[in-house]
Amino acid sequence: MQTLYRWAAAALLAAAAAAPAAAQDTTRGVRIGLTYGAGTRPGVIVLPVAGPGGDSIAAILRRDLDYGDRVTLIGEEATGAAESARAGAGGRVNYPLFGRLGAVAVVQVAQTATGAQVTLHDVGLERVAEQQSFPIPAGFGSPQWRMAVHGVADEMERWITGVRGIAQTRVLFVRAGRVYVIDSDGANERPLTDEESASSPAWHPDGRHIAYSSQSDAGTRIHVRDLATGQVRAVTATPGPLNITPIFSPDGRSLVYAHGRDDEANLVLVPALGQGAARRVTVSRGAQANVSPSFSPDGRRIAYTSDRSGHPEVYISDIDGTNAELLTPFAFGDQYYRSNPDWSPDGRAIAFMSQIDGRFQVMTINLRTRAIRQHSSEGINEDPSWAPDGRHLVFTSNRTGVKQLYVLDVESGRVRQLTRAGGVRLPAWSPYSGTAQ
Amino acid sequence: MIRYSRVAPVLLLAGMVTVGACRRPEPEVVPPAPAIDTAAERRAREAAAAAAEAERRRLEAEAAERARLEAERRRADSVAAENRRMESLRTTMASAVYFDFDRSELTSQARATLDQKVPILRANTNLRIRVAGHTDERGSDEYNMALGQRRAASARRYLVSQGIAEGRIDIVSYGEDRPAAMGSDESAWAQNRRAEFEIVSGGDRLVSPSQ
Repeated sequence: MQTLYRWAAAALLAAAAAAPAAAQDTTRGVRIGLTYGAGTRPGVIVLPVAGPGGDSIAAILRRDLDYGDRVTLIGEEATGAAESARAGAGGRVNYPLFGRLGAVAVVQVAQTATGAQVTLHDVGLERVAEQQSFPIPAGFGSPQWRMAVHGVADEMERWITGVRGIAQTRVLFVRAGRVYVIDSDGANERPLTDEESASSPAWHPDGRHIAYSSQSDAGTRIHVRDLATGQVRAVTATPGPLNITPIFSPDGRSLVYAHGRDDEANLVLVPALGQGAARRVTVSRGAQANVSPSFSPDGRRIAYTSDRSGHPEVYISDIDGTNAELLTPFAFGDQYYRSNPDWSPDGRAIAFMSQIDGRFQVMTINLRTRAIRQHSSEGINEDPSWAPDGRHLVFTSNRTGVKQLYVLDVESGRVRQLTRAGGVRLPAWSPYSGTAQ
Repeated sequence: MIRYSRVAPVLLLAGMVTVGACRRPEPEVVPPAPAIDTAAERRAREAAAAAAEAERRRLEAEAAERARLEAERRRADSVAAENRRMESLRTTMASAVYFDFDRSELTSQARATLDQKVPILRANTNLRIRVAGHTDERGSDEYNMALGQRRAASARRYLVSQGIAEGRIDIVSYGEDRPAAMGSDESAWAQNRRAEFEIVSGGDRLVSPSQ
C-alpha cells in the first residue's frame, strides 16, 4: 500500500514531464490521459495478452481501469512501443521506456490453464510490485467469465491506488415494472423478476438477496428474493395497503421500509431474512410520510425523505427514530423539494435529488461541512445510488429524451451512459459482493 | 293405359243402350228443390261461420301479438330505464376527485363530488368501494406512492365523516404509475392528481337514494 502514495507522487512528476512531450510529439501515438483531472492519476499500461481470448481480456481490463476513473490509462496505441519495451534486451523489462510513455505501473497478464497469472510492474522502482494467480472459469465471454476478469481489474486498481475497483459489481433497476440487473460496464442486462409491478429494488449486503416492493390492487408489499434459488418471500409483518422502499441494514440483519396506514407512512424495521414483528423507526403525528430510507455505513443512523415540515425534505435520525435532524435546508414557501437520500459507503456524504426550476437534479451533501454540490443540469436526473467505492453514482436521466441510467464520477464529473434501452427507474448499485448471481 | 283404352269404348256403348231403353214420358212430380237449397245454404252458412271464426282467431292472435310486443317494449323500456338509473348511480360513484400539486387536502370541488356519493353509499349498505390515489409524474417516484396513499385516505376520511363505515372503503396508492392522461403539461398533470373510486362488491343492483 505504501507504493500507492509514492506512485501518486511519481504520477505528478510523470504527468508534469509527459504533458508537454505529448503536446509536442504526437507522432508516436502516445496519449497521456489528461482528459480529466490529470495529475493525481497514475499512468498505467495494460500489455497485450497472448493466447485465445487475450485481446478480450486486455480490452476488458483497460476499459474497467478507465471506468474506475482513478488511473490514467495509457492508450492502446502505446502498447506497440510497450511491447518492445517489455521485450527489451534479453527479455528484460525496459522500465525506462515505460517511464517515458508516462506509465508508473504496467499490468502484464499471462493466461494459464486455470485462469491468469497477473504481474504488476513498478516502473519507478524497476521491479515487480505484485504478482498473483486469478482463477477464471471456462466459458469465454460468458457472464461468469466476464465477472472473473472484472475481478482482476478491480484487484489491479487496488494494487495501484489502494482502493478496490467497482467493475465486478452490478446495478439493479426497474423497467416496465420488472426488476433488472446489469453489469457495471453495461453488459449482461437481464430481468430478475416476472412481476410487472415491482419498484424500489435494494441489495442485501450478501449480494445474493434483493428486496423490492410489489404492487397489486390489494396494495403494495415488500418481497425478498433469493437470487441463487429464485425463491420469493413476501414480508407480512405489516398488513395494509402501502409497504414500499425497502433497504437492508449494513450488517444484513434488518430490513427497513415505509409502511403506510391511512394518511401516514412510517419507517418500520423487521428481520431481514425470515418473519418477525415490525418495530417503528419513525413515529409521525398526523398526515405525514417518511419514505426512501438509507442506512449510514455503521448502521446506526438512517437518512430518509419526510414531509413533516410540510413538503418533502431529507432528514437523518438514529435508527430508533430519535435525534432527527433536517439535512437539506429549504426556504419557507419553496414549492420544490428534496428527496431520495443515499448514504455514501464511506459515510462522508449523502446523495439526493433536488428540484431546481421544477426539475430534479443529482446532488451530494458533505456531512461534515454541509456543503452541497450539484452534479447534473441537463434534463431531469433522479434517484442517485452510490457505487461501493463511494466515488461513483448511478442515476436516471432523460437528457437524451428517454430515461437511461448514467454513471457519474463525482470527483471528475465524468459521466458515461450505462443502459441502452430506455424507460429505466430507481437504480441500486450492488455492494462489492453483488456478484453472487 | 293400354289396357284402359281397350275397355273404355265397351263401357261407353253399354251406357248409351241403357239410357235409350229407359226414355218415356215422365209424371208431374215436385222436385225436392228445398231439400237441395237447404243443404247448399247450410254449407254456405258453415263456410261463412268458419271464415268468421278464422278471422276472429286471426284478429285475436294479432291482438295477442300486439299485446305481447307492447309488454315486451314496456319491459325493455323499464330495463333500459333501470340500466340508465344504475349507470347514473355508478357514474356518480366512479367520478374522480382532483388535487392540487403535492397536496392531499380536499378542494371544495372534491368535497362536492364526494357529497354526491354519500347518499348512494347510505342507500346501499352492501356497497364496498376502493379508493385509488394517484399523482402526476413530477416528484419522487417513491414519495409519490405515499402521496397517492394520502390522497386516497383523505377521500376516505371525508366519506367516513359523512357516516359511511370505514370498513366499506379500501384504499390503495398507484403513485405516478397509472396516469389518466399522457403528456407532460399542467393539463395532463391536473388530470392525473386524483383519487379514483371503484366498486368492489354490492354494486350489481344499486338502489337509488330516493327509493
